Amino acid sequence: MVNPNVQGKKYPATDPYLVGREKIREFAQAVQSTNPMNLDVFAAQAAGYTDVIAPPTFAVVIQERSLSTVLSDQEADIDFTRVVHGDQRFIHARPIVAGDELVSELEIASVKSLGAHSMVTFETKIYDSTRELVCTAISTLVVRGDE
Amino acid sequence: MTHINIASLEIGQEIGSKEFLLTRDSLVRYAGASGDFNPIHYRDDVAAAVGLPGVLAHGMLTMGAAVQVAVDWVGNAGAIVDYQVRFTKPIVVDPVNGAVLVVTGKVGEIDAENNVVRVDLEAVFADTKVLGKAQARVQL
Repeated sequence: MVNPNVQGKKYPATDPYLVGREKIREFAQAVQSTNPMNLDVFAAQAAGYTDVIAPPTFAVVIQERSLSTVLSDQEADIDFTRVVHGDQRFIHARPIVAGDELVSELEIASVKSLGAHSMVTFETKIYDSTRELVCTAISTLVVRGDE
Repeated sequence: MTHINIASLEIGQEIGSKEFLLTRDSLVRYAGASGDFNPIHYRDDVAAAVGLPGVLAHGMLTMGAAVQVAVDWVGNAGAIVDYQVRFTKPIVVDPVNGAVLVVTGKVGEIDAENNVVRVDLEAVFADTKVLGKAQARVQL
């Protein structure tokens, strides 16, 4: 069982993640994007961006860095081998652009029990180097208990 | 700033549909690109050991592919201001034939004041919906 007392717990900001152009292209190809904004610098610049922009779900890469801290937090006691991804949401203030340096700050928004299972909702705020909010990522993991 | 005129849209109108072939290669590629190296997404023995019917596609790969229908419609990945899904059913990826994901987008809600359209995405694998409440808010 996930420790219910970690509801509201906040984790310190991750080290800055520098978003690379080729990383964006690699991710875009992996999700089968053909959108020129993800791939072509000139197309992205013609649309007013400084460089290629990331696909809408790229923020998961940044969220993951915070999440891995939580999964290794003994106080939270989340058994990674029993985790199933329940739902996911990304709210973007602006798209992620190649060249961004991003940090994420995670808060455990809620811990709920569902029979033997636990449902943990994480809210991760992703900021750029000027401390402007870029994206809020909300993720719910279901941690299976003993049947 | 798009070619889409919000006044011309109707609730329920289909905005596009796309078929995605997810093979084992696709899963390995997504693992590398995303950093999610959970072996249930590429090793049959590990998938079997934890009681799964086979190697599964990453839910986040399904989520990332499905939204492309909305991205293609609006023409700009940066126009997706809010996107959420619920992972309801897994996609089992056959080692030889892969898995075919079919995604269809429809207009779910029109917010003319803010020029935002909610696109509801239906993602189907083997006649089963694999995502619930898959909604992308698109800034026109």
